[in-house]
Amino acid sequence: MNHKSKITLNINQKKYILELLPWVTLLDTLRDHLDLTGTKKGCDHGQCGACTVLCDGKRILSCLTLSVMKDNSMITTIEGVAQGEKLHPLQKEFIEMDAFQCGYCTPGQICSALGMIDENRAYTLEEVKESMSGNLCRCGANSNIIDAIMNYKNQDHE
Amino acid sequence: MNSFGYKKAASIEDTLEIKYQNKTSSFIAGGTNLLDLWKYNLQNPSELIDLNGLEDLKRISRQQNGTIRLGALATNAYTAYHPEIENYYPILSRAILSGASAQIRNSATNGGNLLQKTRCYYFYDMASPCNKRNPGSGCPAIEGKNRMHAILGHSKQCIAVFPSDMCIALAALEAKVEVFSTTGTRIINFDDFHRLPGDQPELDNTLKSDELITAIILPQRGFSTNYSYLKLRDRNSYAFALVSVATCLELENKKIKEINIALGGVSHKPWRNKQAEASLIGELPTKENFEKIASLLLKEAKGFEYNKFKIELAKRAIVRNCLMALDPSSQRPGAQPSL
Repeated sequence: MNHKSKITLNINQKKYILELLPWVTLLDTLRDHLDLTGTKKGCDHGQCGACTVLCDGKRILSCLTLSVMKDNSMITTIEGVAQGEKLHPLQKEFIEMDAFQCGYCTPGQICSALGMIDENRAYTLEEVKESMSGNLCRCGANSNIIDAIMNYKNQDHE
Repeated sequence: MNSFGYKKAASIEDTLEIKYQNKTSSFIAGGTNLLDLWKYNLQNPSELIDLNGLEDLKRISRQQNGTIRLGALATNAYTAYHPEIENYYPILSRAILSGASAQIRNSATNGGNLLQKTRCYYFYDMASPCNKRNPGSGCPAIEGKNRMHAILGHSKQCIAVFPSDMCIALAALEAKVEVFSTTGTRIINFDDFHRLPGDQPELDNTLKSDELITAIILPQRGFSTNYSYLKLRDRNSYAFALVSVATCLELENKKIKEINIALGGVSHKPWRNKQAEASLIGELPTKENFEKIASLLLKEAKGFEYNKFKIELAKRAIVRNCLMALDPSSQRPGAQPSL
């Protein structure tokens, strides 16, 4: 009992074989075990969305996910969004639209927006706002964040 | 935070066997509520039994008798966007999508939704007494901050509310819950699944410790013509309901043939009053008649210092929601709930 499990995670196209205790969350795995600190710990209780990552293409909260339960999953974090030095067009829109101040919620916002676009369920401004409500921004950049996402959507990248 | 062991179940039988061997173990599916409770030290399982290998329980399928079987492990998002649900049980999609956030709905499961814990602040605060968490210790909510608390069916022991949106629609649809144990399958009427606090507020529902929820069964009729779900809350998205209303309506010759109204955010379980509903059968679907049923539904309501407003709010929400049920376009995706 309480022994480590051997699991395989594919994170940003790279395979990691890890030995983890069962209570290690995906968030702590990324940040503390793999130095992928782009994913942020905000509330650690599923209320803020800062820890959002894509798991098998779907946006989830890494703070409420145990790594042992995601054996053999494909994870994308903010570190996997750009292609090398080339920013993802959504990242460019965030810069263009001033969509952050402190930047702490940004990785979660971007991963969440990419997950939302892939779901293909939110089209209008109202629907995008509703669909992004699980990502809080305490600086008050919300309106710019939504504008950046709408700009990106309107560029027809989908 | 305590430590725990971890096992992945290979079959339903395997799951029940592990549970039988270790009474302090817990099932885990999406984990969005359980891990939160564990971090607050409110649940301390010695071992987690991961259900996610039980592929059969992830499906949604139409049965030969016309009912729909929602696997307990199907995620909330998968369920809300499933064509059978969107087309034939749109009130269920609507209710699910009004709850939690997109990220949580991608992980949270249908079975887990039924078992989620109240969000009473005192229940979550380990420094406070709470009859639900620590039976006999008292209920600070009765004299305390009780804006989010119950106005119907509460007891001297507990005034917490059950926070689900999905279950309010399931109550109005008259779903059934299928549970499995070593003694076989048991089918529970939705109304009998959750319970009122009474003298045992520590019990949220009638599920036994050796039982596993395997499915939710939706009856053939999905009320896809006249339905509405209205959720009122302190912010427009990603908040629990102060009051929510699910209305399933069937009309015949412009009169009410059947009306099911379930209320959320007001009680320890989805609130129905079948006697009140029966009083409208054969009547015209008018504002006056909906006001009549709203008064009947709230007749026994008793508020507390900070939630008295919910009695009038619930009445108005019922009337508004029943009128919205007459106009299905008010429920189109993305539409704001308005008249």
